[in-house]
Amino acid sequence: MADVHELAARLTKAVTGRTAIEPLSDDVAFSDPHPALDLETGYAVQRVLREQAGPRVGWKLGVTSRAKQAQVGVSDPVYGFLPGSAALDLGAPLRTGELIQPRAEPEIVFILGRDLAGEHVTAADVLSATSGLAVGIEVLDSRFRDYRFTMADVVADNTSAGRFVVGTPVPAAGIDVRLVGVLLEKNGELVATASGAASLGHPAAAVAWLVRRLAASGEGLATGEVVLSGGLTAATPVAAGDVVTVSIDRLGTVELACT
Amino acid sequence: MAVTDAAGDPVKAKARALYEARRTRVPIAPFTDSEPDLDMADGYAIQQQLVPLLLADGDRVVGHKVGVTSAAMQKMIGIDTPDYGPVLSSTVYRDGDAIPLSRFIQPKVEAEIVFVLGSRLQGPGVAPTDVAPAVAGVAAAMEIVDSRIVDWRIKLADTVADMASNGAVAVSSRLVPLGGLDTRLIGMTFTRNGELVDTGAGAAALGDPLAVVAWLANVLGEVGVALEPGHMIMTGALHAAVPLTAGDVFRAEFDRLGPVTIRVEGS
Repeated sequence: MADVHELAARLTKAVTGRTAIEPLSDDVAFSDPHPALDLETGYAVQRVLREQAGPRVGWKLGVTSRAKQAQVGVSDPVYGFLPGSAALDLGAPLRTGELIQPRAEPEIVFILGRDLAGEHVTAADVLSATSGLAVGIEVLDSRFRDYRFTMADVVADNTSAGRFVVGTPVPAAGIDVRLVGVLLEKNGELVATASGAASLGHPAAAVAWLVRRLAASGEGLATGEVVLSGGLTAATPVAAGDVVTVSIDRLGTVELACT
Repeated sequence: MAVTDAAGDPVKAKARALYEARRTRVPIAPFTDSEPDLDMADGYAIQQQLVPLLLADGDRVVGHKVGVTSAAMQKMIGIDTPDYGPVLSSTVYRDGDAIPLSRFIQPKVEAEIVFVLGSRLQGPGVAPTDVAPAVAGVAAAMEIVDSRIVDWRIKLADTVADMASNGAVAVSSRLVPLGGLDTRLIGMTFTRNGELVDTGAGAAALGDPLAVVAWLANVLGEVGVALEPGHMIMTGALHAAVPLTAGDVFRAEFDRLGPVTIRVEGS
């Protein structure tokens, strides 16, 4: 059995030293008797990181695009947690010097108006438990060199979570998050467009998947928690001096300056 | 050596070759294979000779299409401007129609926002803010692009000559007033047989579909052509084009505009 504490320590060291490491799955320790780092072990490593992190403010989803899933040969997304220390306030800069290889992506953020848990939760349940929707920018920062990793690696690495910023929430009623238009701009140039459906066909369905997945370990979403429901375009690399703007129809615009 | 027609006009000969390729559905080699120096102006000169040949068969110009409106496509073809061609009445389908595959050589489909004009718009000097008052409404649309050039081996002059690789259009019957709509932000989901293929938003077309209409009015204005009331303006793909096969059902659903669906009929 892999030493999940030792693997978690490697990731923590990468964060504090701002130095990328090789994928955990490359390690010879897994070749015998364990053929590979599996998803289960990845989540066990992530849990160690979660216990060591400060208070949690929410959750995030990864690998929510069907194209990406087909590309890496999986049919489910993955999830990670959001420590309060990863939150940037509106208008606050992203200090790229604190990160290894940051990349930004647009997200639709769900804010929970009540607790939500259960093995049979659907998108409709998610929407009725949602107090607000907001524009989000997630800044990924894989601890693995050049973002080269297996699914188990990226799960262990808390799905590359780095920083995030959440815009002003609007009421969810009457908004079809599947169809809202999404614009990602960098330094005033359009980088990509999408609609909400880019996350699992429906962002609320992505959140429902998370709730069902958490139910397996007796957990759920708590009132006030935020959920980043999955990147809607490919993530774009950011460096000091860049300004990233995400606009989502009916939700608003969030700008993030990088220093 | 350049191809010439009986009267020795190389432009007319190329237009005739494209006309025949359209009629027989047998693609031809790119003109730029034998004449690599052909440029955009040469392409439009050929297009100008090709359109009358098609109109002589009883077709009508009912609007215009603008292509290569995304930064990614422009980079691929190596230009920094879109291109355009006419929309002919024989190529227009309605929401829900079956479209016969046999019409085309190597078709692909893409979702677009279409404007229908309520009044005349003539460049030069048309700003995006001048477009809105001339627009009768906005609608969901799909364009089928096709190429008379073998294996889509097109350079800029080839596709411009070939009427910007037009094929057919399918337009929703629901014309939505432009009002205060921000066309940049209109979201779109594109499905094939119920499976999500791609998503996009209006800004994918030149930053704003309204800017596409202004661009078109200005370039056509330079050659004395106006956008006429009732004309439909296809403003360019919001995602990468998808090949189609017999039996496919494609649906593009736009926020605020609604859906448009086509069925592809086998040959």
